[in-house]
Amino acid sequence: MTTETDATETQDAHGATGGTPAGSRRRAANRGAAEGTHDGGRAPLRLTRGKVVGAAVGIAGVVLLILLPLLNLSLPGVLPGPTYTPGSLQLLAMCMLMAAAALTYHLLLGVAGLLSFGHALYFGAGVYGLAIILQNLDIPLLPAMGLTLLVVIVLAHVVGSISLKVSGIPFAMVTLAFAQAGSVVVGRNPEGITGGDEGLTLRTNNLPDFLVGVANTRNLYWLALAVLVAVFVIVTWVQSSRAGHVAAAVRENELRVRVLGLQPYLVKLLIFVVSAVLVCIIGMVFLLLQSGAVPRAVSADLTITLLVMVVLGGVGSRWGAVIGGVFYTILDQRLTTLANSDAIDALPEILRIPLSEPLFILGTLFILVVLFLPGGLTGAAQRLARRRTRRGGDRVQKSREILEEAA
Amino acid sequence: MSTLVLLLFTGLGLGALYFLVAAGLSLIYGLMGVLNFAHGAFLTLGAFTGWEIARRTGGDNWWTFLLSLLVGAVAGALFAAFTEFVLIRRLYQRHIEQVLVTVGLSLAAVALFDGIWGTDPVFIQGPAWFKETTDILGARIPNDRFICIIAAVLVLLALVFFLKNTRYGMIIRAGVENRSMVTALGIDVRKAFTLVFTIGGAAAGLGGVLASHYFGYVSPLLGGSLLIFAFIVTVIGGLGSLTGAAVAAVAVAVLQQFANFYLGGTGDFVVVLALALVLLFRPSGLLGRTS
Repeated sequence: MTTETDATETQDAHGATGGTPAGSRRRAANRGAAEGTHDGGRAPLRLTRGKVVGAAVGIAGVVLLILLPLLNLSLPGVLPGPTYTPGSLQLLAMCMLMAAAALTYHLLLGVAGLLSFGHALYFGAGVYGLAIILQNLDIPLLPAMGLTLLVVIVLAHVVGSISLKVSGIPFAMVTLAFAQAGSVVVGRNPEGITGGDEGLTLRTNNLPDFLVGVANTRNLYWLALAVLVAVFVIVTWVQSSRAGHVAAAVRENELRVRVLGLQPYLVKLLIFVVSAVLVCIIGMVFLLLQSGAVPRAVSADLTITLLVMVVLGGVGSRWGAVIGGVFYTILDQRLTTLANSDAIDALPEILRIPLSEPLFILGTLFILVVLFLPGGLTGAAQRLARRRTRRGGDRVQKSREILEEAA
Repeated sequence: MSTLVLLLFTGLGLGALYFLVAAGLSLIYGLMGVLNFAHGAFLTLGAFTGWEIARRTGGDNWWTFLLSLLVGAVAGALFAAFTEFVLIRRLYQRHIEQVLVTVGLSLAAVALFDGIWGTDPVFIQGPAWFKETTDILGARIPNDRFICIIAAVLVLLALVFFLKNTRYGMIIRAGVENRSMVTALGIDVRKAFTLVFTIGGAAAGLGGVLASHYFGYVSPLLGGSLLIFAFIVTVIGGLGSLTGAAVAAVAVAVLQQFANFYLGGTGDFVVVLALALVLLFRPSGLLGRTS
């Protein structure tokens, strides 16, 4: 019902989270307008200067990303080479897929207040499901993807309907247990189907030619970009649909929603399944990009990585999830390169050991963000902006509230 | 018959390890509402320090083993107390953020253990008696199982005694029951928080040393794999219930062993299935309070 207003609202949020003073002023000014349209049902699309600028910035950003494989830009320290090289495109595509996966996690935690520790199960089901189907059945890519999707829809319904019997911390533990069962299947390698610890290599016989080979990395890059944009639009749409509003209301006060005669359980299940389906699609593209399935794709570590991305970026913010995903992926990649460099090798042992473990640095960074930067990167940016203009949003407060409500 | 007994004792030994991890988790959750993801790291630290001590004192005799148990427990306790004091306390009453901090800590700690001791499993030596077996009803049972069971029973008895008969034990029990009432009576519950973390850490550290003898190796991933089953045990037993944790630990581990043997290695699934059934029919766990 309110889809058209919210599509522009996201663009506005882009401006706001960018950390510019103008952005936060726009956000403050527009909030009233946006809320008005929600209450009034079908309202005309209101174009303000802020929204137009925000939309323009968003579209310009996407256009730049589309053109990137054709350009020769260098970002030393961030990308391994110029932007047209397969190495850089691979890293950028990975960033975008991780950002998209973090967005689906945002749908769970930031919208419905569900702290799931089993999200990797559906990502892994996408990766392994597609890999196994391509390996064993002689069918083209799209039907194989459809089949995988079907499996994941059933799986998400079963697991979701059981684990949503409990909420809060017990929900976290139960989803973790189910994901662990999936991880165990992959590790056990029943009848050699999952490849055990070594994983599976993607069988390319039935894939279209333009998705195979290092020379075609840029096609995969565009595919990843398309996935990110699509996931962003869908997440925005779900969040601003009636179901999304009910889910947010359930997060805030479940009893009240029940008194109103709505069914929290079904809405939460819907969000759970949608998020699982989206992350499964991302997993399938991940398989094409990595041209192989590894057990890490279905491990609890992956879920925790997504959680870290969302929290780093700022809980409850779509752009926060995207920024967190990109930031984490690049940092992880850079720290791994750093760990193997000579500069680290030359350090005394007490410095060398911690610095050569990327996860140690990321874990510590995560703890520091949780302790000192509630609201994550977007929250910090907004606070900076507010300090300058003495106005602005309440991202930090909102993040805190969402985390409270998830408990 | 002998297979049955062997499976039973192996299950009991594994259950003992689950209990040592789950006891702390359950008490911590019951009192503070914190799901402690770093509990596995306490266990791994205990296992590694215990192994370091055994290696440096150079003997595989009983004294070394007892010393390694003590050192492992102390290391786990110190790490846990540090965690509570430095990280958890700052986020008082913000449960999800406390969970996030423990998640970060477990990531960082496991990575640090990787860096210090390497990612490969380290195989360890215990007293020679551990390698031998004892005949019970025709089954030849490895002796390390008994040590695990005895240690867990002693820990359970000590904890029950502590909770029932000491002042701090009573404060903890009262806090699990109704924390705001305890605070209203003018008792500083926060001391009890540090205490349960320390006790939980000590039990986990002890469990770490025992687990390294049970499995025959130490690796940075030791804690993580036991932690997930300990989570399942605490949910099945009922969050916050020590007896529930003990009962569920034994039930889960024995079930797992039997399913592994008779149903072709499906132990882990059967456990998850049991969890699903418990949740469907008794969402608060076997001995949990019904809310």
